Amino acid sequence: MAAAITRNFPNVKVDYARERRLKVTASPSEIRDVALFTRDQLGFDHISAVSGVDWIASNEFEVVYFVGSVSKPGYEDFVIAVAERVARDDPVVLTLIAVWPGAEYHERETHEMFGINFKGHPSNSHLILPEDWNDMPPLRKDYVSPGR
Amino acid sequence: MILATESEFSPDSDRIMSVSLGPQHPGAGHFRIRLWLDGDYLVRSEPDPGYVHRGEEKMGEYRNYTQNVPHLERPVILDSSNILLPYALAVDELMGNKVPDRAQYLRVIMAEANRIISHMYFLGIFGYFAGHTTMITWGMGDRDFWIDLAERIGGARVTFAYIIPGGVRNDMPGGLAEKGLKTCDWFDKRMDEYEKIFFRNPLVLGRTEGVGVLSREDAIALGATGTVLRASGVKHDLRRDEPYCCYDDFDFEIPSLNSGDSWARAYVALLEMRESVKIIRQAFKQMPAGPVRLKLGPQPRVPAGETYARTEAARGEMSYHLVSDGSPRPYRLKIGTPSFKNLAVLPHLLRNVHVADIPLIYWGLNYWPVEADR
Amino acid sequence: MTVQKDGAVQVLVGKVNDVLQYAIGDPLRYLANWGRLYSLWPVHLETACCSVEVGAAAGSRFDIERFGTLEAFGSLRQCDLLIVMGTVTRKLAPRLKLIYDQMAEPKWVMAMGACAITGGLYFDSYNVLRGVDDIIPVDVYIPGCPPRAEAVIQGLVLLQEKIRRLPSLSGR
Repeated sequence: MAAAITRNFPNVKVDYARERRLKVTASPSEIRDVALFTRDQLGFDHISAVSGVDWIASNEFEVVYFVGSVSKPGYEDFVIAVAERVARDDPVVLTLIAVWPGAEYHERETHEMFGINFKGHPSNSHLILPEDWNDMPPLRKDYVSPGR
Repeated sequence: MILATESEFSPDSDRIMSVSLGPQHPGAGHFRIRLWLDGDYLVRSEPDPGYVHRGEEKMGEYRNYTQNVPHLERPVILDSSNILLPYALAVDELMGNKVPDRAQYLRVIMAEANRIISHMYFLGIFGYFAGHTTMITWGMGDRDFWIDLAERIGGARVTFAYIIPGGVRNDMPGGLAEKGLKTCDWFDKRMDEYEKIFFRNPLVLGRTEGVGVLSREDAIALGATGTVLRASGVKHDLRRDEPYCCYDDFDFEIPSLNSGDSWARAYVALLEMRESVKIIRQAFKQMPAGPVRLKLGPQPRVPAGETYARTEAARGEMSYHLVSDGSPRPYRLKIGTPSFKNLAVLPHLLRNVHVADIPLIYWGLNYWPVEADR
Repeated sequence: MTVQKDGAVQVLVGKVNDVLQYAIGDPLRYLANWGRLYSLWPVHLETACCSVEVGAAAGSRFDIERFGTLEAFGSLRQCDLLIVMGTVTRKLAPRLKLIYDQMAEPKWVMAMGACAITGGLYFDSYNVLRGVDDIIPVDVYIPGCPPRAEAVIQGLVLLQEKIRRLPSLSGR
């Protein structure tokens, strides 16, 4: 499977965390093609989670889409992590709702927790933070919780 | 009679009334759904979670791996062991711990007992919303017997902090296996009574059959998980497809139904409880001897790395994305809870239905707001 | 002479008042408080995870209804007991105050769980109120995380004792 991905997208970095886990790191411009390929050719139809990581040391945000498959026999325990890194000062990525519709609320939460803008997302209002939250996005590393 | 459909929906029209099924409502939990009504007919809805957002993920970065255990089990307090299990699996995987077999069997027993406890609460409140008060009083009363069993192993009634990285906290007391087997036998007979009194009841069938139908393609595309997915015809269960904690030593089946309506979602929960009882019985009989805990020290150091661990909790797929940088605290702890994954199904189903169907559709998704907000 | 007569009249009125108080006022107050404490009606507002233990307390094993508390399905204007079950977040806090203001007098508040008393396990979170008595007055505190169902019942009995001893008729 790793060979199939690298054959089609030569700029993408693929590494194995362990058996049945694959991490594909693409650049934000080709993330949509990689996602479509993962869904259509490889049969991963079901988004499991979307997570953001704040790498403050290298000044980047990383958005990881974990996708699994429930309909492709033999691959139900496989998880592919489709990741992309953006600069911390201007984090704009494309939304992948057209590929996996279940990602809508996950992306909205990642947006409000990190401040990453998903271009094309239908709504940007706060999902689980209070509506009148006026501080910086709380899961960034330079946000210190007031109780600490 | 359809008065207004979503295509004709305009929020300024004077036929549409906007109402909050708010946090203070006997038919909602700690959750708010905004409804747009046209008479008795619901045109559109929009969920508004976040009333119990306590910032678990940020707090996870301030505490070390052992201190994280008590506060990570609070989101879904009903089956608190099932939310700790993927955390323990993730940390064990990064540290390379080999958890002893007896600890894994004890983890399985706690996880399955918690699944039964959570499903009993789910079915009880489901009966309450359908107006069937026998289901809730029987359900809450019988659930207490399983809580007793879990309390003998874990020490508290609902929050045990029992499954920790490196094994489990303590061994089970002697004589518990017979009590557990007696509870299993009694509960099997009890579940037959539930079927007769609740699931074959013509009033309940009239209210839930054909209501809130979720097709198979929609369930897969929206990312549904757990009983919602299995009631729509997808036979997917992580205990069988991605066995963790010796689940492949046990013999059980995955129930699934094809209709995808509210009745199917509740009935799948009953069938899953039967399978859980089977697993607990086998676990008690086949329990190996040995230690139950690895000595990890008060501040375990986890080598740098990244992992994604997932298990099948009572409500669906619970996952943890753990990024560690070698320090005693996690760098990023992302909790993926089944209720948040099922949230996308809610506005999709709460559309063009009558107002009286709302509680059964909403609760039938087995949505626990505290878990979705973390 | 008028001063003396007024003084005597005042003492007479005071004595009549005392007799009326013992004969009618005290029994009436006792009756009113007895009615109130055995018919507490809680609001259905689940704040956070302690609501599971209140649900268990209302179940068949630890039946809370035998103490007179009905099931929580009424409208706010009819309820008189607000049980704050667990953590109060910043999003819920204004709604909690609104709900408290909408309840009719006399009303009582039970803070249940460590999170409602002082913020509990989540004391350093960015979204949690450190104790609910910052925004509404609390009558009974029930510690625990979560308190056992028996502790909830003990808290309820304590509240009933408090209501029994209230000195005035209006329930304050």
